[in-house]
Amino acid sequence: MSAAAPIGKDLLGLEPLTGDQIRLILDTAEPFKEISERAIKKVPALRGSTVVNLFFENSTRTRISFEFAEKRLSADTVNVAAGGSSVAKGETLVDTARNLEAMRIDMVVIRHGASGAAQFLAERIDSNVINAGDGTHEHPTQGLLDLLTLRDNFGDIAGRKVTLVGDILHSRVARSNIWGLQKLGAEVAVCGPRSLLPNAIDEMGVTVFPHIEDAIEWSDALNVLRLQLERMTAGYIPSLREYNRVFGVTRERLDAAQRDVLIMHPGPMNRGVEIDSDVADGPHSVILNQVTNGVAVRMAVLYLLAGGRPELAEAAKGGAA
Amino acid sequence: MSASDSRPVVLRGGRIIDPSQRIDERADLLIANGVIEGSGANVSAPDDAVVVDCADMVVSPGFIDVHCHLREPGRSDVETIASGARAAAAGGFTAVCAMPNTDPVIDNPAAVGYVHRQGLAAHAARVYPIGAISVGQKGEALAEFGEMVSAGAIAVSDDGKPVVSAQLMRSALEYAQTFGIPVIDHCEEPTLAAGGAMNEGIVSARLGLRGIPSEAEEIMAIRDILLARRTRGHVHLAHMSTRGSVELIRWGKERGINVTAEVCPHHLSLTEEAVEGYDTNAKMNPPLRTADDVEALREAVRDGTIDLVATDHAPHHYDEKEREFANAPNGIVGLETALAVVVTNLVVSGILDLPTLIERMACAPARLFHLGGGTLRRGAPADVTVFDPARRWVVRPEEFLSKGRNTPYRGMTLTGRAICTIVGGEIVYQLAGA
Repeated sequence: MSAAAPIGKDLLGLEPLTGDQIRLILDTAEPFKEISERAIKKVPALRGSTVVNLFFENSTRTRISFEFAEKRLSADTVNVAAGGSSVAKGETLVDTARNLEAMRIDMVVIRHGASGAAQFLAERIDSNVINAGDGTHEHPTQGLLDLLTLRDNFGDIAGRKVTLVGDILHSRVARSNIWGLQKLGAEVAVCGPRSLLPNAIDEMGVTVFPHIEDAIEWSDALNVLRLQLERMTAGYIPSLREYNRVFGVTRERLDAAQRDVLIMHPGPMNRGVEIDSDVADGPHSVILNQVTNGVAVRMAVLYLLAGGRPELAEAAKGGAA
Repeated sequence: MSASDSRPVVLRGGRIIDPSQRIDERADLLIANGVIEGSGANVSAPDDAVVVDCADMVVSPGFIDVHCHLREPGRSDVETIASGARAAAAGGFTAVCAMPNTDPVIDNPAAVGYVHRQGLAAHAARVYPIGAISVGQKGEALAEFGEMVSAGAIAVSDDGKPVVSAQLMRSALEYAQTFGIPVIDHCEEPTLAAGGAMNEGIVSARLGLRGIPSEAEEIMAIRDILLARRTRGHVHLAHMSTRGSVELIRWGKERGINVTAEVCPHHLSLTEEAVEGYDTNAKMNPPLRTADDVEALREAVRDGTIDLVATDHAPHHYDEKEREFANAPNGIVGLETALAVVVTNLVVSGILDLPTLIERMACAPARLFHLGGGTLRRGAPADVTVFDPARRWVVRPEEFLSKGRNTPYRGMTLTGRAICTIVGGEIVYQLAGA
């Protein structure tokens, strides 16, 4: 393992990465896809490495996906959930970080409710830090798996038109998608109620569609974001029923469009709210492909941060001993 | 400050700038018996006089900070009235006004008296207590303005929080007129600002931090200005941070409404960009805004729409700031960097001349808050600041006299520094090696 990782010490977001670095991660993920298809889903690339999955917020999908990625690379993993840890006893993030460091771990995967928490941790420990979602900031591995899924379907992302639908204001998935797609040359749009778009959305280099029908008409792919139910009680939108009526991605709306539109969703879905079941389960949905790609992308990130050389990824996975 | 037994002081050969008398001349200043004795060329020093060589220095009425948080009572680990008063003196301030949002809140004459006495005991900058507007700063019942004024309060404020009830603000502006004190408001519409951690704009959108829109300040600023019009009371708007607020204040002043306003050095020098990287030393309330706001505030200080500069000095313990951005407390220390930040950003760049700087930092605070000082007139209390407007220095928080180290200026080279601070004729601070 070489010292200087080609994507840096940490993965904190897609905004700080270059297009080449993002392409490198996606390219590295390709050979790792196949490992999950094997009977024995394990290679020794991270044998001897210790990874802590530090989850201050509940997560099922992301935590499990990381854990599979780590285990399939033969890393030793420990899961820490905030509810059952010293964090629940009032320990600060900086103290948690110092304690982890003192145990000589190699990597930390952190999910935290505060934007910037992953960077905060990365600046204070020598271990590699992977952001598994920080507040409303970024969720870079979700962005990467979305990009990988788009690339699987379109070959090249450059020039493709992708619309993020829903609650952009509070979405870390939206931010990682916007930066990642832009760096790979895609055209990015957003569509949602103005109360759920950042006030400065016009400065983020995206097109804003007030109407979902126009967004569908324009797009090669829709990435439909989960609508958090608490947005209603907080006064951002009046009701889920009205949200579905105005912004829901429905069969009728897709049928009215002139072309096939790829349907993505980072999950978990609210069926009948932001997306209708027959769309989620329909022929153009790649929602489960996203989940599969999530493991491969996370394996690639772990491998590269650990100092694995991208050109050896193929050999690394083949080198089961 | 037992002025009578202090030795006379001669400030030799400085540039005396006193906007209150329209004086800007090179001369000596003689101080004796705690008051300004006079000025002139080659003043003969009494035998026992302390002579301070002020060549290349500016001799000014002492700076007054109408807005600082000294944390005592309640958080003496973070700052005490004594450490705050010493930090003030080191920054060239001969007097500071202490905000009442301590624990307990300074909302009664006994508490005001405590702050006043601790200030006297500090033997540094004078400390003027500000009383709360409402009991416990709860925004419900008026605190006893009259009793607090009798005990030494010079203004009232619920700073740290806005006065949410327009009716309570109206009553405060009316009731305060009996005592001739300003009512200071922290302008923040609470529902718009709720949960906000920085300015709302492209940086907050990128960082995923909840934004505080300019309008949260401006809505309360115009409310207060309109209530001042209705009541004819004196409203003083704390820490203005937006172009819109400047325009509203200008609107009010053009109509003769009794509104005054302050701006903090950080809002004159830094923008929301400083939050990049989630630097909690760039977190304050109101938040750092945009370059356009900074430009408007600088112009407002120049033209007088903003009457004075105040620090909003807000020390925090280092590990309180060592947190996730959204959970870190607001505020930075300012007493020991205020002069340099203003000189560096407004004087060096030619926006503000030195007489105007002194008007905004010394004369206007004294005049608008009805405090002593703010003048070098013969017979006035000898509160004098000597500063070097060209001295360059590197900000090293570990050298601060304040207990607080939370500053976004760490490591920066700034221009302008207090050399000697005199309160009631006594030298309470002299820069080592100067």
